[in-house]
Amino acid sequence: MSARENILARIRRQQGRSGATSAEEMELIRANIRNHASGPLPNAARTADVMGQFKRECDRLLTTFAEVNEAEVPREVARFCDAAGIGKSVAGWTAYADWDWQGAGIHYAGRAANKDDSVGFTGCFCAIAETGTLLLLSAPDMPKLNALLPETHICVVRKHRIVHTMEDALALVRAEIGEPPRSMFFVSGPSRTADIEQTIVIGAHGPYRVHVILT
Amino acid sequence: MQVKSMFFKQNAAAKLNDAVLQRNMQKAKGKFVDGRAKAVAEVENWEAIRTHAAALRDKCLANLDAYLIEFEANATRRGAVVHWAETASEACDIIVKIAKDNGVKKATKSKSMVSEEVNLNERLEAAGIQPIETDLGEYILQLAGEPPSHIVAPAVHKSKEQVADLFVAAHHKPRLTEIPAMTREAREALRDHFLTADMGISGANFIIAETGTTLTVTNEGNADMVTTVPRIHCVITGVEKVIPTLEDFASLIRLLPRSAVGQTIANYLTLTTGTKMPGDQDGPEQMHIVLVDAGRTKFIGTDMQEMLRCIRCGACMNHCPVYQNVGGHAYGWVYPGPMGSILTPTYVGLENAGDLPNAATFCGECQVVCPVKIPLPDLMRKLREQQHERHLRPWSERIPMALWAFAARRPALYSVLSKLGARFAAWLGGKDKLIHSLPGIDGWTHGRDMPAPEGRTFRELYAQRRGAR
Repeated sequence: MSARENILARIRRQQGRSGATSAEEMELIRANIRNHASGPLPNAARTADVMGQFKRECDRLLTTFAEVNEAEVPREVARFCDAAGIGKSVAGWTAYADWDWQGAGIHYAGRAANKDDSVGFTGCFCAIAETGTLLLLSAPDMPKLNALLPETHICVVRKHRIVHTMEDALALVRAEIGEPPRSMFFVSGPSRTADIEQTIVIGAHGPYRVHVILT
Repeated sequence: MQVKSMFFKQNAAAKLNDAVLQRNMQKAKGKFVDGRAKAVAEVENWEAIRTHAAALRDKCLANLDAYLIEFEANATRRGAVVHWAETASEACDIIVKIAKDNGVKKATKSKSMVSEEVNLNERLEAAGIQPIETDLGEYILQLAGEPPSHIVAPAVHKSKEQVADLFVAAHHKPRLTEIPAMTREAREALRDHFLTADMGISGANFIIAETGTTLTVTNEGNADMVTTVPRIHCVITGVEKVIPTLEDFASLIRLLPRSAVGQTIANYLTLTTGTKMPGDQDGPEQMHIVLVDAGRTKFIGTDMQEMLRCIRCGACMNHCPVYQNVGGHAYGWVYPGPMGSILTPTYVGLENAGDLPNAATFCGECQVVCPVKIPLPDLMRKLREQQHERHLRPWSERIPMALWAFAARRPALYSVLSKLGARFAAWLGGKDKLIHSLPGIDGWTHGRDMPAPEGRTFRELYAQRRGAR
């Protein structure tokens, strides 16, 4: 008997069940899965003011944000980089490569970020108001590394793509994509650690700064 | 990790007399307790979410075999290879073989308590593979050659001065003592490892049956490097971690970071499903998931099954007066605090960890803060009963317990004895009403006085009040 069979058999023996897992038992749990029942939601998840909730949570996470028209995004990126005192060389998703970056004085490379990039630019699948979270899904032209390797991550968020809860975001993935892609990456603020004396330090292995541009 | 739980009493005594540890532990405890209290107070229906979460974990455990089969089918369909390990050693064999078959020289690791359980690093090193811990706390401990003392904050027992010494020795750079600068130095030291490792090893906070997905939760972003950059991703996790759906993940994640460190959400939640898809610029070519039993199935169908609900937040140890004072290492194995007092005896044998179920004041705080409502004190009490039945406690405890039981079943005798006892204790207390030394059990009064009783028993006072009415 293989380890797999032994483990499954032991579970059933301990439960006082005999034989292998039956087709009926499998159907029972599959029916339970198909329900996709949600648990109780807190009030913060049901607020009427989705935008206000999202911004409040961003503040708490130390995610900064700005609201501009889409055409103004490159200029907002330039403003942010100037204010933060960082260079204006940006590695970003190819989908945004044809925006007027040059006009804003930014060198934009449409590719996956590498260790030498200091600013990564991405979009997101949607954002979650309850916790100020960005959801990035993996896809060929949407490398995750742009949100992870550089010290600064700038993310453009369409306002109509801000949903209330994690459950709403997951339902949106099912409706628009179907099965989850290889990576579903929920980003909530800059990386942090408190592993030395429980002192919170912003900037661990991921970005030091996360800036959201709402359009 | 080698089991040293049989030495709990000696180790706890040493830790209580370790001034540096005592200072480090005192600094930490308020942060965890206050942080959780604030985060929980913001969620007005916290109790309803807890109740839901406990029920959903019970549902998984009631059909654990079926959920694991469903998980395996979906993960396999998405290109992952699912392995099963009955023992710690088998789990290591599987991972070492994957590494060797693929010519792996270096593996980056994000925090995995299961990998600590099975001694994975030691086995990788023996096979010539370099494991690199990347969670800052685990990295510090790898440099120190120590096991973690907390499941969420592994280096909670270390001061920044101790960390600074380790960094000087490892990084050969001038000594830093500012925590942000030290953190940056560790970030820089680990960057190259992230980008050059052949294999990434992560744990999983949950695995999701519906989609064959594994979840990592971090604040540092290290698990994302580990699961994204190397060409092979290997997950090692316990068989009890399976949950049915993505919605269940959403429910449980409202509880986990709040209970663990008082955050509404962790900075990075990553759901990983299968291998790199066609055209993807990042992600591994191979994904392996090792499902480990190593004692877990022993809990099923027993008094201890509720322990398998555990989502590894660490709130029970953060709120435990025993843990707060002795720290994690005294418990002698991977899981300290109240959760460890149940897991360790069941995994490694009650005879090897006899003091752990007794290392509790039964204040009940662990049960109050547990996000999945595990009745930890009840489970410890049941383990104590088992110890008594199996004659695993020393005679110095068994004889007084037997005498007490004899008297407690005879109310008249009990009344007489307790009257005598109360008067004797009041006499011992003397003028200052403090007992400085208890004959025969002076451990109790070593370093503290016991307030003396007034000299009359509860039953006497009760009878007197009834009479006065």
